[in-house]
Amino acid sequence: MAEEGKVKIGLEVHCQLTSLKTKLFCSCSSDYRGKPPNTNVCPVCLGLPGSLPVLNKKAVEYAVMVALALNCKPAKMTIFARKNYFYPDLPKNFQISQYDLEGFEPLASNGYVTFTVNKKKKTVKIRRIHLEEDPGKLYHPGGLGFAPYTLIDYNRSGIALLEIVTEPDFTAPAEARSFLQKLRSTLEHLGVFDGSLEGSMRCDANVSVEGGGRVEVKNISSFKDVERALSYEVVRQRELLKKGVKVRMETRHWDEVRRITVSLRVKEEEKDYRYFMEPDLCPVTIDEDFVRRIKIQMPELPDARKERFINQYGLPEYDAEVLVADRSLADFFEDCVKIYGKPKPIANWLMGDFLQCLYSLDVSVKDCKVTPKHLAEMLSLMDDGVISIKIAKKVLWEMMKTGKPASTIIEEKGWRRISDMNVIEAVTEKIFKENEKAVKDALVDEKAINFLVGKIMEATKGMADPALTNKIVRDKLSRLKERLQLN
Amino acid sequence: MKLYWLSAKEIRDKILAREVKAEEVLSEVFERIEDVEGKINAFITLCREEAFKKAKEVDSKIANGEKVGILAGIPLAIKDNISTKGIKTTCGSKMLYNYVPPYNATVVEKLLAEDAIIIGKTNMDEFAMGTTTETSYFGPTRNPWDISTVPGGSSGGSAAAVASGEAFLALGSDTGGSIRCPASFCGVVGLKPTYGLVSRYGLIAYANSFEQIGPIARNVYDCALLLSVIAGWDWRDSTSIQVENIDYTSKLSSKIGEVKVGIVREMVSEGVDEAVLKNFYNYVSKLENLNIPCEEVSIPTIKYVVPVYYLIAMSEASSNLARFDGVRYGYSLNIEGETLDWDKFYSKTRGSGFGAEVKRRIILGTYALSAGYYDKFFLKSLKALTLIRKGFDEAFKKFDILISPTMPIPPFKLGEKIDDPLSLYLCDIDTIPANLTGIPAVSIPCGFYHNLPIGVQIMAPQLKEDLVLKFAVLSEDIIGLKNLKPNI
Repeated sequence: MAEEGKVKIGLEVHCQLTSLKTKLFCSCSSDYRGKPPNTNVCPVCLGLPGSLPVLNKKAVEYAVMVALALNCKPAKMTIFARKNYFYPDLPKNFQISQYDLEGFEPLASNGYVTFTVNKKKKTVKIRRIHLEEDPGKLYHPGGLGFAPYTLIDYNRSGIALLEIVTEPDFTAPAEARSFLQKLRSTLEHLGVFDGSLEGSMRCDANVSVEGGGRVEVKNISSFKDVERALSYEVVRQRELLKKGVKVRMETRHWDEVRRITVSLRVKEEEKDYRYFMEPDLCPVTIDEDFVRRIKIQMPELPDARKERFINQYGLPEYDAEVLVADRSLADFFEDCVKIYGKPKPIANWLMGDFLQCLYSLDVSVKDCKVTPKHLAEMLSLMDDGVISIKIAKKVLWEMMKTGKPASTIIEEKGWRRISDMNVIEAVTEKIFKENEKAVKDALVDEKAINFLVGKIMEATKGMADPALTNKIVRDKLSRLKERLQLN
Repeated sequence: MKLYWLSAKEIRDKILAREVKAEEVLSEVFERIEDVEGKINAFITLCREEAFKKAKEVDSKIANGEKVGILAGIPLAIKDNISTKGIKTTCGSKMLYNYVPPYNATVVEKLLAEDAIIIGKTNMDEFAMGTTTETSYFGPTRNPWDISTVPGGSSGGSAAAVASGEAFLALGSDTGGSIRCPASFCGVVGLKPTYGLVSRYGLIAYANSFEQIGPIARNVYDCALLLSVIAGWDWRDSTSIQVENIDYTSKLSSKIGEVKVGIVREMVSEGVDEAVLKNFYNYVSKLENLNIPCEEVSIPTIKYVVPVYYLIAMSEASSNLARFDGVRYGYSLNIEGETLDWDKFYSKTRGSGFGAEVKRRIILGTYALSAGYYDKFFLKSLKALTLIRKGFDEAFKKFDILISPTMPIPPFKLGEKIDDPLSLYLCDIDTIPANLTGIPAVSIPCGFYHNLPIGVQIMAPQLKEDLVLKFAVLSEDIIGLKNLKPNI
């Protein structure tokens, strides 16, 4: 990589403060998803003439919480500014945002985030954090470029967005992805954000390869896509440089369907947003008292939680890291420990089959049907010998799909382990009769014993207790041997 | 005397005393409107039906002995840039010719809660950009004193309606003099309140930093009455000031005590018409006869107020008016089956929906905020604004009241200045300072020039509305001009 010229990546992340009850400047609900179009609106977020914004104070509190968690310095006073540009998703044709106008600072600045990537620690600087309003959503029936018309839904208009801008400190796409995961977990630990909601975290990136111009990539809307888009862009720029073509400064759009970036505009035509102070809002004072109060209320953050997992539960660092990377997974873990008691087996199951199930079903920990209580019950049933580990894996899948407790599934499916000697003996009797040759072989050959045990397991659909079956088969064989020797 | 010439207080008292029904008063007002509206064109929309419904409601409340509000049964008019639920609100523009707001401005809620009767929406310069009410899409309003003359602007419809007996009271809005100028030209009383005293929620913005909704009436008492209703903190307007509700009428009769009056030198020197000066100094001598000392005070930064005001106001306007794109409400370009990209559609809609003066201000404002010009124009204006405010603070350390002519010239003919925007902008020099500094200012009639009214302006520090009004009552008495009735 080094030979090919260094990569520099900076991110501009937009996170919705999804835990807020209302939008940033009006009292419409911030729970806009799944509502009929244009029903979650009022004169303010529709930008009707004469309406005025009123700042959601809780949003400022949340923003300051995030700022502190990302080691930023909150401003003593900050203002809102209008970012003026025409676009159909903006009901006022300007966005209320924040900007460094003379004499004013952004809401918070100069922070850093440390995260792990490929088992190494990496620190990236945070340039600034500010609040702004989300625009509405455009729908292009038939796809952008083909749609005969465009529909606008303003339900999202005015949702509180936190913009977090990093310095261009990333040197590889994977770092950007790990950073976003850490950021997400941090915001979720603060209780201000739910990353499982569609479109709640979006990001723009600027990417440059040594010797080329800086390219801005817009419209990246998932974790997976961050790495994809950035990798695509790095390769594209390197190819150009290899061919001796100049990489120009431009803005490109990530096409998530075709998985390529396409040119939007060259930098020379960069828009002039004509920022100026929003005259309908007063400057916001963030005094020391306010900051102190928030500091006191700060919940446990991922790094501290990870340390606690290691110390309190004796987990290896890797396990702790994986668990706290997702707040709901860590919560699930702790809830389960409270019931079941043994941390390591829980961690193993969560990091293994549990996450695999979630991944294949494409659901989040929060939305999954398995509760910590269900998992704890399943693990106890395994301990009690009611089910084998193999069956447990199947039970987990069923729990994921149906939401039923393990015991119910085991009963319904008849997956209870057979430990009744009489039952197994009867099956053994039958198998011995059907496989006379194997029985003969088994008297001298260990392998044939396994074959017989396998047959019994097959006949009981794997439910027979393997140890018990083994014992019964061996006992029966040795009795047979004795009889043969006696004869 | 016709009922419509009574003062707002008189008509309310008669209604409360059951001497006359609100419905009867309203009928007479609508008759008056029918008689004179053809000549004046004060209204864009009349709401006869809603008005009579409300009047009947008030009458039945009174008949049943129920409690009624302090504006019970008073027919009043509202400038057409103040949002009225279910009633067209056009801003005097083609762009909003069919716009019906789904909500009421806070002031409208307050008026209705006090049982006022809203009779209609008054004509105005398009988006309140003008000094003559000639830039309205719905044709100019004419001055009731001489219909070949402009009524002033931009609240020309409100002032003309009150002056001609079409309404007892009216709301206007004042961004750079838009209440006081037409009040002066039409011979009525108009007050621009302290910035933040009256909620702007529902007022369609022209220049947010400077504008206020304010009352227009035929005498100072009525003006104070209407102000008492509309003033007060509103959570919906973050720039509104947390003050207790005050009944300004109760303050009018108390003794004024010793006041020092300053005559702003820069407002009585260069460019001020002689007839205006004559009337003004006539008023000054009447004050001095009452042993009220009047002394000249210089605020040199006043020479910057016109460019500073227009730069900031146009900049804000360029952003405020961006939302009018033909997508959600109002005028929309008819493309009849033709397919247009959204940006072309926007430009064509805006190009044909806005009038020339509005476009001029949008373009100038856009320039002033653009990269490379921002520092030179917008930021510099903000800095000058600070200096201007300092100048007034200094003056108010020495004087309780500042006075000046409201307008530097008497009312002029329709069409006389409309093609010379710069000379019109300069007419605002005496009214703009109150907007830049956020102080209250009232214009009351102080004389005539060829049967055309001339006004005087009274200013005081922020939130001293009580002092301004008290001084205005005193002045009204010594000048002897109130409840004027133009011959129309």
